[in-house]
Amino acid sequence: MSMETSLIELRERILAANAARAPLRLRGGGSKDFYGEALAGEVLDTRGHVGIIDYEPSELVITARCGTPLAEIEATLAQHGQCLPFEPPAFGDDTTIGGAVAAGLSGPRRAYAGAARDFVLGAHLVDAQGELLRFGGQVMKNVAGFDVSRLLCGSLGVLGLIAQVSLKVLPRPREEISLRFDADIADALATFHRWRAQPLPITATAWHDGAATVRLSGSPSALHAARATLGGAPLNDADARTWWLGLRDQTYGFFRDDNQPLWRLSLPATAPIDISGGDLIEWSGALRWLRSEAPAAEIRATASQLGGTAMLWRGARAASMFHPLSPIQLELHKRLKRQFDPHGIFNRGRLSAEF
Amino acid sequence: MPLAVALPKTAAQVREVLRVCHALQMPVVARGAGTGLSGGAMPCADGLVLSLAKLNRILELDPIACTARVEPGVRNLAVSEAAAPFGLYYAPDPSSQIACSIGGNVAENSGGVHCLKYGLTVHNVLGLRGYTIEGEEIVLGGGALDTPGLDLLALAIGSEGLLVVVTEVTLRLIPKPSVAQVVMASFDDVAKAGDAVAAIIAAGIIPAGLEMMDRKATVAVEPFVQAGYDLGAEAILLAESDGTAGEVADEVAEIERVLKAAGSTGCVVSQSEAERLRFWSGRKNAFPAAGRISPDYYCMDGTIPRKHLGRMLRAIEEMEKKYALRCMNVFHAGDGNLHPLILFDAHQEGEWDRADRFGADILALCVALGGTITGEHGVGIEKIGSMCVQFTPSEREAFFAIKRAFDADGLLNPGKAIPTLHRCAEFGRMHVHDGQLPFADLPRF
Ligand SMILES: Cc1cc2nc3c(=O)[nH]c(=O)nc-3n(C[C@H](O)[C@H](O)[C@H](O)COP(=O)(O)OP(=O)(O)OC[C@H]3O[C@@H](n4cnc5c(N)ncnc54)[C@H](O)[C@@H]3O)c2cc1C
Repeated sequence: MSMETSLIELRERILAANAARAPLRLRGGGSKDFYGEALAGEVLDTRGHVGIIDYEPSELVITARCGTPLAEIEATLAQHGQCLPFEPPAFGDDTTIGGAVAAGLSGPRRAYAGAARDFVLGAHLVDAQGELLRFGGQVMKNVAGFDVSRLLCGSLGVLGLIAQVSLKVLPRPREEISLRFDADIADALATFHRWRAQPLPITATAWHDGAATVRLSGSPSALHAARATLGGAPLNDADARTWWLGLRDQTYGFFRDDNQPLWRLSLPATAPIDISGGDLIEWSGALRWLRSEAPAAEIRATASQLGGTAMLWRGARAASMFHPLSPIQLELHKRLKRQFDPHGIFNRGRLSAEF
Repeated sequence: MPLAVALPKTAAQVREVLRVCHALQMPVVARGAGTGLSGGAMPCADGLVLSLAKLNRILELDPIACTARVEPGVRNLAVSEAAAPFGLYYAPDPSSQIACSIGGNVAENSGGVHCLKYGLTVHNVLGLRGYTIEGEEIVLGGGALDTPGLDLLALAIGSEGLLVVVTEVTLRLIPKPSVAQVVMASFDDVAKAGDAVAAIIAAGIIPAGLEMMDRKATVAVEPFVQAGYDLGAEAILLAESDGTAGEVADEVAEIERVLKAAGSTGCVVSQSEAERLRFWSGRKNAFPAAGRISPDYYCMDGTIPRKHLGRMLRAIEEMEKKYALRCMNVFHAGDGNLHPLILFDAHQEGEWDRADRFGADILALCVALGGTITGEHGVGIEKIGSMCVQFTPSEREAFFAIKRAFDADGLLNPGKAIPTLHRCAEFGRMHVHDGQLPFADLPRF
């Protein structure tokens, strides 16, 4: 298979690192340097490998090299009335699409439209031996071979360099409206749950500081009908945009104050409110942000008991960032790592201190 | 014939069976309802068939969390039936949904006519429990949306029984839309119908379902189900819209406009739920209908970019002449997922061989057009040769690497889904075209 010069350069660095057993730190724009356990190795900057390779709006697929700025992709899609439905957090201006897929994070729409991994159709991987491997493709349905492209989404680069990705895109909603309600946390959660079981065009929910906000997206008639059922006070377009972007990219004030550790709890949406109640809630209750000085072990035990996990998102790192894996999961992770990257050169220690 | 069959009733028994087999180094083939179309559940001679049919309880249905926790032997349709009183349903609806099991759906990452808008199995499974071949319990995903570490849940879905034996699945349920209507459009040319599909998507519409049948298919099903299809049309499209009443009215009007502009010779919109179901019944009965008009049929499952639908259909017409066999086309057009049904008679000397080569030609063209050899039925044993066309030796080696991480001895469903080098070399030998040996770079044993 022929390789572009920019990819050949990356591959040569990988081959050299593998020969020298020297760890490499894969890095796009660096907007997610904070995300992961540890940063080790020499930086391998992906931003030389750029460009949208293929985009045909009627195919609902965009294919781009890993170093392509997320902003460029979003702007290109917007020109054709389309979007990345999982609202990937940018956390800055320099985010690359490769980094966004490797991190696998999703924004406010996640609970309603799906996560990053749900929109990954294909990926190219360069492994530690410098082999270029193509998984998935550009079509909507593909079950030939194991679903490695989705496995790479959220892999934080530990299996190799994600050289290019194909993502499913969707038409942008014809119209959007955001409504705000006064509600305490219990009321807000109960309301979110009631709405979820109804066919309503909801694409985001949040609760913070005594107010619940909900976003509706779709055709004008669907929004009209839903508004009549839901009530609430509409936000103007600029405020609505600022609000949801503030949650997506965490520019909103709540996320800025780093005095207390910030916990990110992924729980069943219907988990009760106790320690896990959270200070800010998204995804109908499935994502809860908590500022707390409580011991990590205590927070994690509660999250586990409720059927979820707790991530120490920001703040003094007295514990690991990620919720520990079960022994069998950890064993499988180590075996997969050994298969793809026997000398552990890719992002060593980033996903787990164990590999 | 397998050496033995196990019919456990509980997950604990599944674990014990696996432990024993692992200790004896005996191959294990998991089996759901046996409706698979790629031979994935075919027993192996020196192994055990592990039927999950008796693990058939719906363990929990939570109408507030909108989830169902079920055992793998539960039938697909049974989930939606149990959820119906709460106004909820399970979206992936394979045509085999009255029979196929959730465990089989997970193993194949099955789709259905509604997956264009609502996703495949992988998009609708929140978590699963199962066992590795060593009998170790593994829990992937669950009630929460994000889980730490690599997405092993995504890896397990569609893994065709090669990585884990699934004993419990948590499914996402969604609210039933208040209204659904289907537009049935006729075309005097299959390629035009193919282009109309791309036109709908290009107009920013994602129908709840968008299916196509050619005339051979409509003529075959009509006497069978009396769906009311236009038998004069070379092809018909079925486009469904769902949502609120207003939304559906707007979308149906828009779909009709796009279809007419794309050259449709007539559009009918379902006026009642009964009529909507009747329009779909023909589509859902296409495979059995093929069985009625031909002693045997061979169902293909490639996926291609939508823009090539017209080209593909014309190429299939040429292949019909080349192989002197008929082929009827029924497919998930909105997703570009084709199901050409090659009709043949296995009792006629050489017909199966021609059908086999016809199928391999279609799949090779799918790959050449930027698509894949299987969209939803899986590789199993049947498309294992075509895997050599789609993937390079290093890519196949990566699949084996994953297999080794889960099942170092290769005991779970051996010989399926991923071809060995040896196998590909053999496939190459079987398909020498125009004197050219494919995969000449591969070692031949
Ligand atoms: C008339 C007809 C129409 C069909 N329509 C569609 C369609 O529209 N869309 C579609 O996607 N498919 C369709 N299929 C194919 C088939 O129904 C699906 O692949 C289905 O998911 C198989 O389920 P099953 O329970 O029958 O699995 P089986 O055939 O028993 O097994 C299939 C595979 O799953 C593995 N397996 C089964 N259970 C488990 C388990 N618990 N743990 C691990 N591995 C397991 C088996 O080892 C095997 O590899 C159709 C088939 C028929 C006959």
